[in-house]
Amino acid sequence: MSSIFQQLINGISLGSIYALIALGYTMVYGIIKLINFAHGDIYMIGAFLGYYFINTLHLSLIPALLLSMVISALLGVVTEFLAYRPLRNSTRIAVLITAIGVSFLLENLMIYFFGSNVRAFPQAIEKKVYTLGSVQISNIQLVIIFITLFLMICLQFIVQKTKMGKAMRAVSVDTDAARLMGINVDLTISFTFAIGSALAAAGGVLIGLYYNSINPLMGVVPGLKAFIAAVLGGIGLIPGAVLGGFAIGILETIVSALGFSVFKDAFVYAILIIILLIKPSGLLGKNVKEKV
Amino acid sequence: MKNTFFMLAASMLLLTACSSSGSSKDADTIKIGGDFELSGNVAAYGSAELNGVKLAIKEINADGGIDGKKIELVSKDNKSDTTEAASVATNLATKEDVVAIVGPATSGAVKAAIPAVTRAKVPLITPSGTDDSVTLDSSGKVQEYVFRTCYQDSFQGITLANFATDKLNAKKVVIIGDNSSDYAKGLTKAFKKQFKGDIVDEVNFTSGDTDFQAILTKIKDKDFDVIYLPGYYNEAGLIIKQAREMGITQPILGADGFGDSELIKLAGAENVNDVYYTGHFSTKADATDKTKDFISAYKKEYDAEPSAFNALGYDSIYLIKQAIKDADSTDPEKIKDALEKVKDFEGVTGTMSIDKDHNPEKAAVVIQLTNGEESNATIINP
Repeated sequence: MSSIFQQLINGISLGSIYALIALGYTMVYGIIKLINFAHGDIYMIGAFLGYYFINTLHLSLIPALLLSMVISALLGVVTEFLAYRPLRNSTRIAVLITAIGVSFLLENLMIYFFGSNVRAFPQAIEKKVYTLGSVQISNIQLVIIFITLFLMICLQFIVQKTKMGKAMRAVSVDTDAARLMGINVDLTISFTFAIGSALAAAGGVLIGLYYNSINPLMGVVPGLKAFIAAVLGGIGLIPGAVLGGFAIGILETIVSALGFSVFKDAFVYAILIIILLIKPSGLLGKNVKEKV
Repeated sequence: MKNTFFMLAASMLLLTACSSSGSSKDADTIKIGGDFELSGNVAAYGSAELNGVKLAIKEINADGGIDGKKIELVSKDNKSDTTEAASVATNLATKEDVVAIVGPATSGAVKAAIPAVTRAKVPLITPSGTDDSVTLDSSGKVQEYVFRTCYQDSFQGITLANFATDKLNAKKVVIIGDNSSDYAKGLTKAFKKQFKGDIVDEVNFTSGDTDFQAILTKIKDKDFDVIYLPGYYNEAGLIIKQAREMGITQPILGADGFGDSELIKLAGAENVNDVYYTGHFSTKADATDKTKDFISAYKKEYDAEPSAFNALGYDSIYLIKQAIKDADSTDPEKIKDALEKVKDFEGVTGTMSIDKDHNPEKAAVVIQLTNGEESNATIINP
């Protein structure tokens, strides 16, 4: 029994990271209907920035986290400006392929300049393990869960209560109408990329801290899983991404715990296929009819 | 699809990186090829072996070369990728006309390179490809052109099983295996065959995994004496860290894939206690009379303690030298014939004789790590 709770905690820690990445996918999809496959690589760059700030500049965790979020946000805005904005009126498949290209570009640039070796992430906070009955939780797991929840609350606040959030929601409903109402659509899209990238970077730094290992291809698999999380929850919906992220994290842990650890990735990909067959709009999605 | 693109991109980078290294044919030199993992997952192995290779060549050349001919090294990066390892081997054997190839470091990559060297009839010596099937094909026939300076996995698995029983008094073992590498699967098989006690549980992971909390939680409450963890340092380091932090204190037993300082960085030195692994070499236990000289020469050259991979790379070059002398020829086929007959060759990792399966018969070292440091080393003869 105790091991069920323990596995649940493991699953929630892992799920927090997927949720942070999934939020970026879902926000970008919600606003310009683009599945930004380079998003997992922004997460990787976030982790490397965190590595640099902690290892070389000897910053402590929170300043390093904030700085890498800011720089990744800028990177997100720049990639949007250079790669996606010129294709604003192209077909969606063209933009999608561009996103895959950007993903390869980021991965290979990092390999070219920093090598593809696995690096040990510096331990910015000393690890402590708290024991509650027979269940153990480490301070790093708590930090991950709390930072994730805090960032999600901030995001909810931005989207629901600020003027920019209102603009984001308006653009996601109808871009042209929003433009007619005097909303600066390009600025709103840039802002969305900035927020999504910052969240992914936070996930990258936290995962580095948690697993102590980063490499230039670390974004590929979590990126895909976060994408599946976003689809599972209902792509384009912020609560859906959070729900999907936690669900994927917990499911993956359960599959491993049952002794099928070799199939855990296959299981997650099977979920994508099943959800697309049964409920393509996702768990929280409504079936919206295409307007003519 | 993603992988294909990545490989294309990677090979393009490789091509541009290598195109400048011209191939002037010079009869006064003996060309030896290096097919090493210099980037990618297991770059630490390949780079370390290359350092050993370079030191050996430098020494031989400073000593007047082999029969007056200097050795020229042509080394290329296979990016820890099996496809790349095969194309590097082809390139070295056919375009660069090397007399022998050293590398790759991992079994999978060596196997990928076999067809290329067999076709070109150039002997290949892998310093650390330990999988049994590296020198044997699927029907058990020996691969004519493939040799190694390390012992094979079945020998490591047997040594570790004996060590667990005799020295650690282990009766119950949990196996945490890497299901995605030939290396780990071979080690698990040999261990299971030799170990007489109970195998309480067997869990698996795949290379590239970073989260082992779930499988560790699963075994945590089981009753066992030792964890057997055949795997490479990338995952093993993280498993050691996560296990120790979770309060799993049983000894952890691994194979030569642990032999890299990155293991300790990934795990955190304070977590690396009661960890044992079979090494090919230890600075704590001299395998032969040559070991001491090698250690001081290596320290002088690189200002660092030599690792097993350095030593094995170093031995590979001297083994080729021995074969060239025995054959009295630099013809790749004659070198191959001479390699098959090598007896009591004294390397820095042990005295080896090449057996009929092209494996060296030599001793193993079991190294103990305490607080991330080598605290003890025991030489175990075959």
